[in-house]
Amino acid sequence: MAKVTFNKSLCKSCGLCVTACPKKIISISTTDMNNKGYFVAEVVDMDKCIGCAFCATMCPDCVIEVEK
Amino acid sequence: MKKVFEKPKMLTDVPFHYCPGCSHGIVHRLVASSIDKLNANKVIGVAPVGCAVFAYDYFNCDMQEAAHGRAPAVATGIKRTNKDAIVFAYQGDGDLASIGMAEIVHAAARSENITVIFINNAIYGMTGGQMAPTTMIGQKATTCQQGRSVELNGYPIHVSEMLAQLQGPCYIERVSTHDVKHVKQAEKAIDKAFRNQAEGKGFSLVEVLCSCPTNWGKSPLDAMKWVEEEMCKIYPLGVFKDIAKEEK
Repeated sequence: MAKVTFNKSLCKSCGLCVTACPKKIISISTTDMNNKGYFVAEVVDMDKCIGCAFCATMCPDCVIEVEK
Repeated sequence: MKKVFEKPKMLTDVPFHYCPGCSHGIVHRLVASSIDKLNANKVIGVAPVGCAVFAYDYFNCDMQEAAHGRAPAVATGIKRTNKDAIVFAYQGDGDLASIGMAEIVHAAARSENITVIFINNAIYGMTGGQMAPTTMIGQKATTCQQGRSVELNGYPIHVSEMLAQLQGPCYIERVSTHDVKHVKQAEKAIDKAFRNQAEGKGFSLVEVLCSCPTNWGKSPLDAMKWVEEEMCKIYPLGVFKDIAKEEK
């Protein structure tokens, strides 16, 4: 069981985490916008997360923290 | 549950000003985590002129802003007067490969015991996408709108290959940031460049191929693909000089 936390206010919606995720469980939200005006990235199905931290490795803005 | 990934301590809480998908953020994190691993008492960074000019706000150590291109010269002075400090210069291609070419060549030739992180995105980012010395043949920029031509603009400069010809440098490697595997390799290279300095081995430079989605006119994902497919072809990845290996 792993858990990733997104610091939404830092997200710039670049989508690099979406393609990096081997389980394809990250997507860009279509409703949740942060105060910068970007639709933020979010995990759709946390149960499938394996805690590989690939998303955090590719994130240019240090948005993501991973717990395992 | 244990934290397996968090922001390095060497980064402040100031949000990066970089465009969405810009690799500068990834490299900042790698540099910061490499410094964290060293457990150094004193770290001094030198910020460039270019997109990374605000690096002094992001690194949680003493920082000095240098005049355009002069970061290796400033780092030389800092290192010579603070021998116990870890000193690094962080420069882009417009800074290091054009106006700062003399400084980097001579710092390398003197084998100053500093670490230089060289961001190569083949374009001038901050000033609006002009042609850089590293812009590739055929690549479009605001000052070569039909693409860079050899007749008019000459050939791009391969900084790592060029510096590796000198006797001075200890370690020169080119890495990329286009996918997870290459970011991990970049992390190892940057780790090594800082370790070399801590061990007093001399000048280390890591060239990092980065994306510039805004000035290339691409989405962040397409820009990363372009790094992989186009830039890695012209700028091959690898170790160009490693004195420790040559001695063996």
